[in-house]
This record gives sequence, C-alpha cells and structure tokens, in this order.
Amino acid sequence: MKSFVVRAVLAGALAIAASAASAQTLNTIKQRGVLNCGSNGTLAGFGLPDSQGRWTGLDVDFCKALAAAIFNDVTKVKFVPLNTKDRFTALQSGEVDVLARNTTWTSSRDTSLGLNFSVVNYFDGQGFMVRKSLKLNSALELGDAAVCVQQGTTTELNLADYFRANKMKLKTVTFATATEALKAYDAGRCDAYTTDASGLAGERLRLAQIDDHIILPEIISKEPLGPAVRHGDDQWFDIVKWTHYAMVNAEELGITQANVDDQKKSDNPDIKRLLGTEGKHGEGLGLSDDWAYRIIKQVGNYGEAFERNVGQGSTLKIARGLNALWNKGGLQFAPSVR
Amino acid sequence: MSDIATTTDAELMEGPAFVRGQPLAPLPPPIKEGGAVGWMRKNLFSGVLNIALTIVCAALIVWIVPPLIKFLVIDAVWNGSGRADCLQQPGQPEIGACWAYVFDKISFFTYGFYPIGERWRVDVFFALLTIGVGWMAWLNAPRRDICMIYFFIVLPAASLILLLGWPPIGLPKVATTQWGGVLVTVVVASVGIVFSLPIGIVLALGRRSKMPAVRLFSVMFIEFVRGVPLITVLFMASVMLPLFVPDTWSPDKLLRALVGVSLFAAAYMAEVVRAGLQAIPKGQFEGAMAVGLGYWQTMRFIVLPQALKITIPNIVNTTIGLFKDTTLVFIVGIFDFLMTVEAGRGDPAWATPVTSTTGYAFAAIFYLVFCYGMSRYARFVEARLAAGDRR
Repeated sequence: MKSFVVRAVLAGALAIAASAASAQTLNTIKQRGVLNCGSNGTLAGFGLPDSQGRWTGLDVDFCKALAAAIFNDVTKVKFVPLNTKDRFTALQSGEVDVLARNTTWTSSRDTSLGLNFSVVNYFDGQGFMVRKSLKLNSALELGDAAVCVQQGTTTELNLADYFRANKMKLKTVTFATATEALKAYDAGRCDAYTTDASGLAGERLRLAQIDDHIILPEIISKEPLGPAVRHGDDQWFDIVKWTHYAMVNAEELGITQANVDDQKKSDNPDIKRLLGTEGKHGEGLGLSDDWAYRIIKQVGNYGEAFERNVGQGSTLKIARGLNALWNKGGLQFAPSVR
Repeated sequence: MSDIATTTDAELMEGPAFVRGQPLAPLPPPIKEGGAVGWMRKNLFSGVLNIALTIVCAALIVWIVPPLIKFLVIDAVWNGSGRADCLQQPGQPEIGACWAYVFDKISFFTYGFYPIGERWRVDVFFALLTIGVGWMAWLNAPRRDICMIYFFIVLPAASLILLLGWPPIGLPKVATTQWGGVLVTVVVASVGIVFSLPIGIVLALGRRSKMPAVRLFSVMFIEFVRGVPLITVLFMASVMLPLFVPDTWSPDKLLRALVGVSLFAAAYMAEVVRAGLQAIPKGQFEGAMAVGLGYWQTMRFIVLPQALKITIPNIVNTTIGLFKDTTLVFIVGIFDFLMTVEAGRGDPAWATPVTSTTGYAFAAIFYLVFCYGMSRYARFVEARLAAGDRR
C-alpha cells in the first residue's frame, strides 16, 4: 500500500517533469547559453575538480564535447555536482540537461525513472586487487582467500555470486566504507580487495607500496557507465548519442585533435562525412554540419579523452580493455556517419 | 606583678635580650601544602578517585599527544608537488601529515569552483565580513549604531552583489553552483546564525503569546521542524521541490539550503530563548505593567535583556551546533568546506596512504579554531554582562 502511494506520487511527479521536458532541450540550452551537466565531483578520472577548482574527467570531457558541438565553445558548460541520491531527480526536474556521472545502465533505471541511457562511454566491471607475493594469476585461484569489501553494496553481492558460481569458499571481511576496507587490505587483514575496476586503479594509489599489488584480469560483473537524458526529447537524445559516436568514429578513422585540420582535406569519404565536408549530417541533429569537427578539434577523439583522463596519460593508468575499439578487441563500436 | 607594672614602654621596646624587637618573617608553608607539590596534592591527588582519574588522564595524554605531534609536525611533509613527495622513501621511512597537499589544495578548499579570475571578490567578501564581525564583537567599539546598519544592510547587499555578480557594474555573474569550500560554509553559517536568532525570538514570544492563532502557529512550526532531521529538510527542499514546481520557479539550490538551515536553526533557537523567558520572575512582568509599559516595551526593556543574558551559553551552544551542521549541505550536492576536502581526497595526483588523514586533520583544525573562538567570545561576553551580579 505504502509503495503504491509512493509510486503514484512519483508517477505524478514524473508526468509533470516529462511534460516540462517535451520542450526542445536544444533550444532551451541555446537560449540559456550554457549546457547544464550533472557530474560526479569526487571520482578521479570521471569527474573531479583539480587544485584550481577546474573540472577534469572522462564524463567531464563528454559534456565539454557536447558544448563544443552546440556552441563551438567548451567553456559553455556548467557542471552541477550531484551525489548518488539526487542525480536522477536533478535530471528529471530539468536541473541538468544531461547526466554524465558514471551511472550504471540497468533495466530498472532505463525503464522506470523517466530517463534514457544513451551510450556506454565506459565499460566498467568489478575486479580484484591482490598482493604480488601471493603469486596469483587469476581470480579463480582466490578460493579460501579473505576478501575485503564494502558492506551493503552490489559489490558484496557480486562477490558472493561469483564465488558460489565457481564453487569456491569465500571469506569476506566487510567494512562500512571503502576507505576502511582498503586500509584493512593494506594492513594485511585480507588477501584481496574488490571494487569496480576503475575504482581499483584510483584506490591502489592510496596503498603504501603500489608495486606490491596487482589487479587480476577477471571482471566479474557488468557495469556499463553512460550518460542519460530525460524521456521525451528524441532530438536531444540523438545529439548525446552521436557526440559519443563521433568521438569513437574519429578514433577509428585516425582523426585526432592534432591532425583534424589536415584530415579535413582527406579524400576518405568516411572522414569527409564525419568532418562535414561532404553531405548534410548535422541537419538532423539541429546542428551545423561541422559539429563533429568541433568536438574533435576541442576535445579530441574517444581514445585521446580516455588516455588523458583514465589511461596512460593519467595517474590512474587503466588499460583500454573492454573500452578498446571493436576492431582492437574491445566493445567501443559506433555506427557510421552516412 | 608590680615589677611588670612599672616597666615603661621604652624599656619594653628595648626589651631584655631574649625578646625579639622585630616580628619574625613568616615561614614558608610546609612543602606538602605550598608550591607545585601542594597544588598537585590539592588538585590532582586529593582522594582515591582523584588519584585514579589523574593517572588515567596522564596515561591518555602520554598515549595520544606524542603520536599526534609526531604525525602532525615531526614526520610531516611541508613541501612537495605531488604524491611522490608524500610517499615513504628510503630517507624517510615514516610519513606524517602531507601538508604539501593541503597547501596545493588550499585555494580549492577556500573558493571551490569559483572562477579563478573572480576570486578577489570572495577575498573582499571575507574582508568585509571580518570587519563586520570584528566591529560587532568589540563591545566598546565606536559608532555601534553605524555598525548595525553596516552589518545588517550594507554587508548583505554588498556580499550579494560581489558574490553573485552584477553585469551593469562590470562584475560577471557567478552561479551559486560554482561556489564552494570555506566560502559556502561561511555563507551558510552566517546566514543561518543571523536569521535564526531574530526568528527564534519571535517564535519564542509567539509560543508564550495569549493569542491562540499566533501560539498555535508557533507551536506547530517549532514542533514540526524539531520533529524531522535536518537532512530530511534539506533533501525535501532539494529533491522534491523541483519535481512539483516548474524549472523556472524552482529557487536556487543554495538558496533552498539556506532557507532550510535558517528555519531549522530558528526552531531550536526559539526553545532556547523560551527557556530564558520562563526564567524571568513574574514580578518583572508585573512591575513593568505597573509602571505602564506596553507588551513590546516590556519585552524590549525589561524581559528580553535579562532572558537573553541568561541564555547566552545555550544560544552559543546552538550556534556552534549550527556551524557544524552546515556540513550537511553536502547531501544536496553543495560543495561546502568538508565536501571539498572529501573531493580533494580523491585526486590521484595526491593519493597516498596519508592524504585522507591529512585532509580530515586539516578540517578538524579548521572547525576547532572557529568553534573554540565562538565559545571563548561567548565566555567573555557572559563575564562582562554578569558584572552587575557580582558583589
């Protein structure tokens, strides 16, 4: 009964929000002169202010790319720091135009919150970190190991599922916060520490001796992270999708921030269509035809954004893995511009 | 008997050789009563319970203080440009607080996301606020009437123009989502403190009013607000409100939090003030009526000055509580000082085993300085106002 009332209230609220959202998001943004982007604010590599208070991260770069496509100016984006509790409401109520805050795409979020996930800009998943001295090569050798984990999270459930599915005996040591769990692992209370792989890379830096630890190759859960938009404005949904696709296509075609001007003279029809020198591929999005050129010129292609924020160019040094291009063994795939 | 009676004063002054003419200098008290030993015997070792407590406290101090000083000062890293400087090295096996990290992040902790070119505006705001608070707090200051105008009219207006910006005079707009750090903490705390006391006084008077509607409203407001946690108030204001009103009506996120915090603190302040009002003897009211004062005159000249004086410890208590409660605005995604420390903790450029501890130690010192300052000032005012009670 109680849940029915809650649902009714939420449904009513969503109806109001949806009606407000049916207004053209792109026009609203252009009139406002700035894109409102819901971001994390505390996650290294995805959304984090630096010492000067400037925003950095993969999700941050995604919003900058949107601003480049719309305004030809990466500074015309306002980052609204959101936490896990208020992120969806902020999107539903129109406080932000797009939610690029390392949000996991799940069926319930996609179907019942009045929002649409557009693309996956980072394939994440749960991984393990162990001491090198244990000489382990695979998570399947973790039987009987004590694993430090934050309690009450899906991480803890995934861990139990994985050990049960592989018929291994599990000994968990749980902690209220991730910081405590990591401290305990560092102090030697457990053999392994588990959280999302992107998180492991950042947490590893907090250990006393980084080089004594390795991250095992197994990823035991699917955590596709991607930007989400409100229901009811398909044009805006398309712009968000194609901003990511443009960056992926650029990487596939070898177009980088540095060579994009030269590439404009290329004879390759794929490149010509992407950079807007041939065809009218911006019209459908409500943007000018060189929209993708602007993104690449000002933010770079997907690979560049990845390496700069979480990859080899950053302190995190996360390998491309699942986020490599589809023709390089990863999952990043984009439909062609034609 | 007769020889004594005939002794003259002069003879007595000279006296026989065995009578001392000058008084003897007093002996020092026994070693067990005076000096440091005496003080310790009296204050630290005067009974079994006291001896036990002294030993426990001394043990605690020995146990806590040296490692704390070792971590915060002796082993601390003062200079550095990145995480490598705060990691264990062959030359430095033990690493204490990484103050280099705090120095690097200090501008983020102070201004948050405030545009770098506009940060002088925040500095001016801090300066104006310091002048205002100093002037208010200095009880013998000249022209305290102008001070009131400055503090309650000039300062808020100037701060609003400075911080938010006003394009006509060449100050570009800065949205409140870009505010952060100490700036937000100071704004939320000062707005909360400045608004909660007057609203609290009105509510306290309302609760004791003879007019049923006023009383009912005050009681309902106070009890309702006290019945819900501050987090709920902030969360409702930030999450539910925008769902029910159109985007354009929905007030600014920081403003919502400010209103929430102020009203919340006002309800607590009202009960504090009411306690003071209860303590004023009935004779004071009757005396005031007898000399022909009306309700507001009675309150203003007779009751409130006495009531507020006796509630100073509680008012300060609530104020300090409010100052620390401002950290709860992080729940609605506002980057107050503690939240910027939290965000700085995640920066991979400075991620080391000691980074989090250093950040939190810095935050603790910040809050300690402010709260202890408030508490000392309150003691001073209390002592001054209590001068009339001393004989």
